[in-house]
Amino acid sequence: MNKNTKNFVFTIIIAYVLSLYLPWWSVMLAALISGFLIPLKKGAVFFIPFVAIALMWIVQSYMLSSANEFILAKKIATLLKLNGNSTLLLLATGLVGGLAAGVSGIFGKQCNMLFKNK
Amino acid sequence: MKIFKFGLSLVLAITTFYALNTKLGSLPPLGKFLSPNQGVWQNEITESENNKEISLKGLTAPVTVKYDKHLIPHVFAENKKDLYRAQGYVTAQHRLWQMEFQTHAAAGRLSEIVGETALNYDRTERRRGMVYGAEQKLKNWETDQEVMDYVDAFANGVNQYINSLKPSDFPVEYKLLDYAPEQWTRKKTALLLMYMTKMLAGGDSDLEYTNFLKKYGKERFDLLYPDFFDINDPVIPAETDWSFMGNATQTPIPDSEMPLDYIKKTIEKPHPDNGSNNWVVSPEKSYSGNAILANDPHLGLNLPSIWYAMQLTTPEQNTFGVTLPGAVGIVIGFNEHIAWGMTNATRDVIDWYKIDFEDKTNSNYKYDNAWKATTKRIEEIKIRGKETFLDTVTYTHHGPVTYDANFKGNGEKVGYAMRWTGHLGGQNQRTLLDLNTSKNYDDYKNAIKKFVAPAQNVIFASTEGDIALWIQGKFPNKWKGQGKFLMDGSNPEHDWQSYIPQEYNAHTKNPERGFVSSANQHPVDESYPYYVFNDGYEAYRNRVINDFFRSKDKFDIQDFKDLHNNNFNLQASELLPTMIPVIEKADLSSDEQNMLSKIKSWKYNNDIDEVGPTIWQIWYNTLAELTWDEIKNDSIALDYPFKYQTAYLLKNNPNDKFMDIVKTPEVETASDLFLIAFKEATTKLKEIESSKGTLAWGKNKATYIGHLLQALPAFSRHDLPIGGYSGIVNATSENHGPSWRMIVEMTSPPTALAVYPGGQSGNPGSKFYDDLVDIWASGNYLKLNFIQDKNQTDGIIFSQTLNPSNE
Repeated sequence: MNKNTKNFVFTIIIAYVLSLYLPWWSVMLAALISGFLIPLKKGAVFFIPFVAIALMWIVQSYMLSSANEFILAKKIATLLKLNGNSTLLLLATGLVGGLAAGVSGIFGKQCNMLFKNK
Repeated sequence: MKIFKFGLSLVLAITTFYALNTKLGSLPPLGKFLSPNQGVWQNEITESENNKEISLKGLTAPVTVKYDKHLIPHVFAENKKDLYRAQGYVTAQHRLWQMEFQTHAAAGRLSEIVGETALNYDRTERRRGMVYGAEQKLKNWETDQEVMDYVDAFANGVNQYINSLKPSDFPVEYKLLDYAPEQWTRKKTALLLMYMTKMLAGGDSDLEYTNFLKKYGKERFDLLYPDFFDINDPVIPAETDWSFMGNATQTPIPDSEMPLDYIKKTIEKPHPDNGSNNWVVSPEKSYSGNAILANDPHLGLNLPSIWYAMQLTTPEQNTFGVTLPGAVGIVIGFNEHIAWGMTNATRDVIDWYKIDFEDKTNSNYKYDNAWKATTKRIEEIKIRGKETFLDTVTYTHHGPVTYDANFKGNGEKVGYAMRWTGHLGGQNQRTLLDLNTSKNYDDYKNAIKKFVAPAQNVIFASTEGDIALWIQGKFPNKWKGQGKFLMDGSNPEHDWQSYIPQEYNAHTKNPERGFVSSANQHPVDESYPYYVFNDGYEAYRNRVINDFFRSKDKFDIQDFKDLHNNNFNLQASELLPTMIPVIEKADLSSDEQNMLSKIKSWKYNNDIDEVGPTIWQIWYNTLAELTWDEIKNDSIALDYPFKYQTAYLLKNNPNDKFMDIVKTPEVETASDLFLIAFKEATTKLKEIESSKGTLAWGKNKATYIGHLLQALPAFSRHDLPIGGYSGIVNATSENHGPSWRMIVEMTSPPTALAVYPGGQSGNPGSKFYDDLVDIWASGNYLKLNFIQDKNQTDGIIFSQTLNPSNE
């Protein structure tokens, strides 16, 4: 397994476990930890945790919402001016989660760099 | 360099966290809000957990809650304290956010949630003494230990629910506005009843009338705002004999001066259409020999609905109806023996007194030729994201000085104090609880005695065959004209001298005509010994209802449904025959000809597919504005005359000075106004027709049910296909109308139909959020499942058991 895949899987696992006990920012913590333990290179530093968490949030949200016929998702999509489109809301959810994870991934990597240099 | 990169990435991470964890402007904290484990996705739920066992501290025995297919809970408890604890828990499950929001609104605490935009609203609520009134209520309730026990059990039930929640379980509105529920208290129940008191008895026009009187004089005032209309079909039948009130005497008129001040801007009033219909026919007038009762309170149409339906049962009582989330027991409903309903008994129960302060500290005011000390209440208004605002409200023996140098007043040393029955306390919660268990007329009569405000026309029917209506509230015994205008706060003779004894409140039991009804019209005719002045009484719905019940001998359930859904526009039917001949004689363009022929073919029904009501309403509104241009364009606060009186003057005083349009050089008469208004209306109607594509009434009235939070479109329902209008028996206007329609036939046990424009769940993610809306809009009802045996499973979709907890 290459590092990218490792980081990806690891991020999702930690994020899932932490999310059972911690608030939404558990995904930031997860990306930070995996960025620290499994440092990546270049764009992957951001994009691997981004994609991991975006995917996780989209899948989780989709499962919660499809069981209830997207009743609320459509309303929230209206509220957030997403044209009442629940797919757009799922993408927005992924984007927000991904962004939070991506920047934490960068920070995790920088922690790793700083730590290693000492 | 590494340190720099580290620092930069740290800042980036912190900034991102902050941005996604904080409410920015109207945008919720997006990270929190959209996360699947904590955010709105957790609210994507329709209630359905079957056989759930919940442990509840303080219960003495298990309580079973069965939910029917519209999520109406049927609660079976072993005793009342368990019952009301369960009521608190179950209500909070479905309506927590609303319960808290409404009591925050009553307490003037909205700035805490939504920020500075609500500050003026909050100050107004504090200054009309809403919190003070709730405290007065509590003082009264605390003398009644049994009531206190139930109120506290209810609060405890709510709190056990709140305490069981994780932030991810909070209702979606908390997540949207990023705050958390606080504990429920007995004071919040009192605040909710103040919220209702303000809604129903919080309006008056005294200061507007004073402005009018000062500007135009008494003769003009009496013409525009008469004590009685030329027609009157009162709540208590005109033929009622008052001789049992032998020694009843009106307060004599004191010989004194009234202050005449101009008040530029007055505080916001409740919706003028807050009102209701109710009626009941006696066994003799009923198709089945059982009395039949109906009620439909007209209130603002909101989601979550103001009402929450429940069946509340112990071995001693079995009561079904609607509750107000936050108050204990059923408010309008029925049990095995009786049914009851309420309409608002509008009366002038707010008066204003001019206060002369000794100096600008407002510490003393003139009273009975001496200086009397005031008390002060410092109102602390927390504002989200800002410093707390402190507002000192001065209190006199009359009540709070709402207007003073700091708030909409007339400068230093002058104030206007409010005297309101809403501040008297009373035992309303006791009345509600006693109605729940009443078995006959005497129980009902005793139950309502302690009800103070908002005064209600409490209609009654029993399986024994009695029908009745009491106009119940605490009413000051006023001298003729007292309280129509601003009074002198320093003159003891201007105080309310006494109250009408409760047993002399107007009422009727088993009247000869075989029916009783009320629709916010004049409570009595001029023969009632006490002074009652026209507080904006309804003059249309009541006549349609009473004429209907006079029209034949027997009535059945279909008749009741038809009357709820009756769209006959009596006002139009009385005024159009005077207006149309004027237009027929005039020179008209082809558009105008066309509009005229359309309205001429209208049969006065405000049905959704008709274009007549749209033409009529725009024509009439334009006409009213032209007629009352003097009032509309004035910079001081004035009220439009009543709808009925406007129509009366247009027909009977066509050459009155008020008919003239001030800004034109000509002198107009009513006929001129009809034509000018018609031409202006045609232009507006053509515009509407081209922009909306139709003049059909339903599409143009576009009734909507707005979410309680600023009618957020995403959580509201729009463009509902329902007819009627204000002043019509089906009183559904744009955002106001029948908030609960109930028909109860007094079989044993009673059989009931009912519906309300909303749904049992307060969660916009639930299919029970608005599942009753379409049923309501189409004029249909639910057959209420009045369960007699708690083991019945018919029509039940799931149940919960609340078990006593050992902790």
